[in-house]
Amino acid sequence: MERPQEAGAGRKVFFRRKKTCPLTGPNAPKIDYKDVKLLQRFISERGKILPSRITSVSHKKQRGLAEAIKRARNLALLPFVAQ
Amino acid sequence: MPLYESTFIARQDLSKQDVTKLADNFSAIIQQGGGKVVKNEYWGLRGLAYKINKSRKGHYVMLGIDAPATALKEMERNLRNNEDVIRNLTIRVDAMEEGPSAMLQQSRSREEGYAPEGEAVPDAVVADDAVIN
Repeated sequence: MERPQEAGAGRKVFFRRKKTCPLTGPNAPKIDYKDVKLLQRFISERGKILPSRITSVSHKKQRGLAEAIKRARNLALLPFVAQ
Repeated sequence: MPLYESTFIARQDLSKQDVTKLADNFSAIIQQGGGKVVKNEYWGLRGLAYKINKSRKGHYVMLGIDAPATALKEMERNLRNNEDVIRNLTIRVDAMEEGPSAMLQQSRSREEGYAPEGEAVPDAVVADDAVIN
């Protein structure tokens, strides 16, 4: 995923489209601990939960997402630590 | 009566019939307590993300339950005491999902060789940026 670059203040060369929350909106997927495929998009290769500044998930959804990932980990659907 | 979702993992060396019997056992406890089991899903023998009690695989079963708290308490106690159950998770839900859960949809789509739409999205984002820059 792209990350905001350290562009100098006032330089508008790099126009970056504002990303919106992928879990908000009319046909956004519902956060559910059973939906492993969805949750896997929001964890790192190591199995850590990605910060919302990278995934651009809204604060409210990030809280629910963290809860769902932790539930999935408890059921061994997702790893706590992956190699 | 509140709605609950209860998922448990049974030991891998049980047969499918044993697991069904186990699930029926827990359903019976709920019914004795005056509740009912709305949903009964068997997710199959899945690989675990990490080892639990030295096993690498387990039978996953999810029950959708509409029962008073006392009945659920009794079932949870039995889940904990049963040696064939290696892990369990019970949560309260506001509404029961219609149709099969995400887990069953996934396994079906994998059999049909279906490509997830999720993959297409990052490509589109990259393409957009390239045009703008």
